[in-house]
Amino acid sequence: MVELDDYQSDAENQWCPGCSNFGILKAMKNALVALDKRPDEICLVSGIGQAAKLPHYLRCNFFNGLHGRALPIATAISVVSPHVTTIVVTGDGDCYGEGGNHFVHTFRRNPDLTLIVHNNQIYGLTKGQASPTTDAGEKTRLQFEGVKIRPLQPLALAILHDCPFVARGFAGDLKHLTELFVAAIQFRGLSYVDVIQPCITWGTHPISWYRDRIYHLPPGYNPHDKDTALKKATEWGERIPIGIFYRTEEPPHLFGEYFRASIYDGALTALKYPSRRAIAELLGQFKTAKQRGELERAGRGEV
Amino acid sequence: MIDLNIVVSGAAGQGIQTIGYVLAKTASGAGYNVFAWQEYESRVRGGCNSYRIRVSDIPANSPLIQADILVALNAESKRKYRPLLKAEGVLIDEQETGERVITVPFEQIAMEDFGKKLFANTVAAGALAAVLGLELEALTEVIADEFAGKSDEIVDTNRAAAAAGYSRAKRSCEGVCAWTLPRRAQTHYLITGNEALALGAAAAGCRFIAAYPMTPSTGIITFLSKHKERLQIFTEQAEDEIAAINMAIGASYAGVRAMTATSGGGFSLMTEGISLAGMTETPVVIVLGQRPAPATGLPTRTEQADLLFAVNAGHGEFPRLVFAPADPKDAFHKITRAFNLAEKYQIPAIVLSDQFLADSNSTVADFELETLRHETYTAATAEMVDYRRYLLTETGISPRLFPGQSQQLVCCDSDEHDEYGHITEDLTLRKRMVEKRLRKLEGLRDEIQPPEDYRVREAEDVLVSWGSSRNAVLEAVDRLNEQGNAVGMLHFTELWPLPRFTFPDEQQQYHLVESNATAQFGRMLRSEYGLSVTSKIARYDGLPLDYEYIMEVWQHG
Repeated sequence: MVELDDYQSDAENQWCPGCSNFGILKAMKNALVALDKRPDEICLVSGIGQAAKLPHYLRCNFFNGLHGRALPIATAISVVSPHVTTIVVTGDGDCYGEGGNHFVHTFRRNPDLTLIVHNNQIYGLTKGQASPTTDAGEKTRLQFEGVKIRPLQPLALAILHDCPFVARGFAGDLKHLTELFVAAIQFRGLSYVDVIQPCITWGTHPISWYRDRIYHLPPGYNPHDKDTALKKATEWGERIPIGIFYRTEEPPHLFGEYFRASIYDGALTALKYPSRRAIAELLGQFKTAKQRGELERAGRGEV
Repeated sequence: MIDLNIVVSGAAGQGIQTIGYVLAKTASGAGYNVFAWQEYESRVRGGCNSYRIRVSDIPANSPLIQADILVALNAESKRKYRPLLKAEGVLIDEQETGERVITVPFEQIAMEDFGKKLFANTVAAGALAAVLGLELEALTEVIADEFAGKSDEIVDTNRAAAAAGYSRAKRSCEGVCAWTLPRRAQTHYLITGNEALALGAAAAGCRFIAAYPMTPSTGIITFLSKHKERLQIFTEQAEDEIAAINMAIGASYAGVRAMTATSGGGFSLMTEGISLAGMTETPVVIVLGQRPAPATGLPTRTEQADLLFAVNAGHGEFPRLVFAPADPKDAFHKITRAFNLAEKYQIPAIVLSDQFLADSNSTVADFELETLRHETYTAATAEMVDYRRYLLTETGISPRLFPGQSQQLVCCDSDEHDEYGHITEDLTLRKRMVEKRLRKLEGLRDEIQPPEDYRVREAEDVLVSWGSSRNAVLEAVDRLNEQGNAVGMLHFTELWPLPRFTFPDEQQQYHLVESNATAQFGRMLRSEYGLSVTSKIARYDGLPLDYEYIMEVWQHG
């Protein structure tokens, strides 16, 4: 049995003391233990930002790449290593800003991975500039007169493009967040969880602002109804819903059809290289049919 | 000696490529050396394009400019390309009549005899085969081959259309066309640089390609997609070049050989990813098919102006490999070397192609498939205690494992990292990591092949060139020697790191031949070898280097 201690990392944590990222880290460890996943079965992929440092604080395989580029890296890993559970940990700036193009196109691809976005509505690591989800009008350390452009609606964007699992959690609701992570990681296909993660240093809203507004989607909520899901996903301000907004049972479009069996199995090493014969045959198309025929007859000893 | 040059010209959308390719394949199938290249405008319809075919009984994979035969599918292209026609050359035209003109109304024959304008190209191919003195059967065999999979009716009609064009032209040929191309016993491959790069990558065990379509490199992922089941290769069209290179890096981290292919603009977007591959020590192969720039430049034409960009691409300092194959055969073998060395040294490898190499069909007598080696450089998991992905070693090469391969955890970071792959701000360690990464360059340099030396020992003047111009330079050298000059060639195809090499003789004059305006390779030769060149033969009008151009500049400056 896997235990929480198995995920204990020795790396020094660089987050601010009291950061709500710690809640997300705890929920993630809880979920992996609940799913009885070993650290070597997990691969965390991240970009750059405070959220993207999470892989260092949870003992497992990880690839901490470039700002905004976690999704293409993770998509390829999920294809090549279908036996590894691939989880992207990213932030609102990393995923919705710098990586916006990949965010949209990953819905179209629907790879078998989990996308977790720490959404604190602000840039943390660069010290307090507006992110794509900062509410209009909020003053920041760069938008001195208040943010003048409208925030992105990432959940609605995901639902619109039929991302098959779309959810929102709250870093301050550990039990609920753990359940969301368990469901998302178990899901086969792209599962996307936006996590409200109040920033205690640069945030435009205090934690209490979120606590006062957040409510759970009611038990009778039907996540298979796209119209309702879109409506709920755009609800923001007076009240903020959390839970699983949208689910389809669409199987992943991209998966490692050629890599399903472990590529590390010695018996399958030959699969890594096409045979010389396969290459020779493909080269044959660059001769005429008659020449190919002559070559093949010669190969069979008929000439 | 047979050495003929044919220009098939017309507007985009008129099918000159089909006519040209069918003819090239027919001549190749008849046992001749064929070299075919195209120059075309960046548009789908209209304009003025040409497909040039050189047919010879000597190996010569480089362009000829003066034409023996011109096929003109419209008046505009006839005006543009007629100056290339030799005095004793022959024009094949739909309407014009004259002494050295073979009149074949392609469209009219197609409409009247076969009911569709569509067959005009096949009529034209038939006429061209007749003028060249090829056997009709050699052409119809290729037509059947090219239309394989289509209905019998389509194949039969095309054969008949070819025969109609052939017999019409044959009648007018008497006393005008002296050429005959009887079948020879030789068999060759007729293959483009893109096709050779794709097959070479597959032969090297590449299992993953992600790319964004961009001329002139799109043909690589196209070929691999077409044969993905056979080759067990995963192909994905990425949303942009940034995604493409990151996908390739992710696939490589996960355990398969991976690549991407692009041109200059896309490569610009990939540079951050190249730096990522350098920092995370993830092998990846990038084909950079050059075309004239800056910015969008001349999208469908050729240049060698991204050399210094490739050598320096990506922020920071890290080892990388840059190869520039000479021709399709070299491209096939060079890219397999790029995959092997990228994996051995855990670095990005850039293969510099260009529109000329990518699109041109060359004759290849044979590939050396028996030299292909299956090289793997991953660490044995059983030996690993306290596994460190970035273990500091003497060679700079650390043990590489894949996630999910064993209980060992594989941790990679784009931040400066410790031996385990975790972020570090330990500045002493930072210095050691920089040195570890750069140490790999020393071993790598020992693997790099010296330039090809052709007639250098007895030469007074040496042409120094690189990449796809090799065969044109070689031909220029031979012809210059025939004219009584003592000229040799040093041709580089492995460009970074530059090979350990000493230029042979200080008495010799070195002349740079490259397709760019600022003598980029010359600057590399100066900084790496302290070599100063005497003169430069530069071409940057978007057309490939050919021996006539090289000799013209050599003789007249």
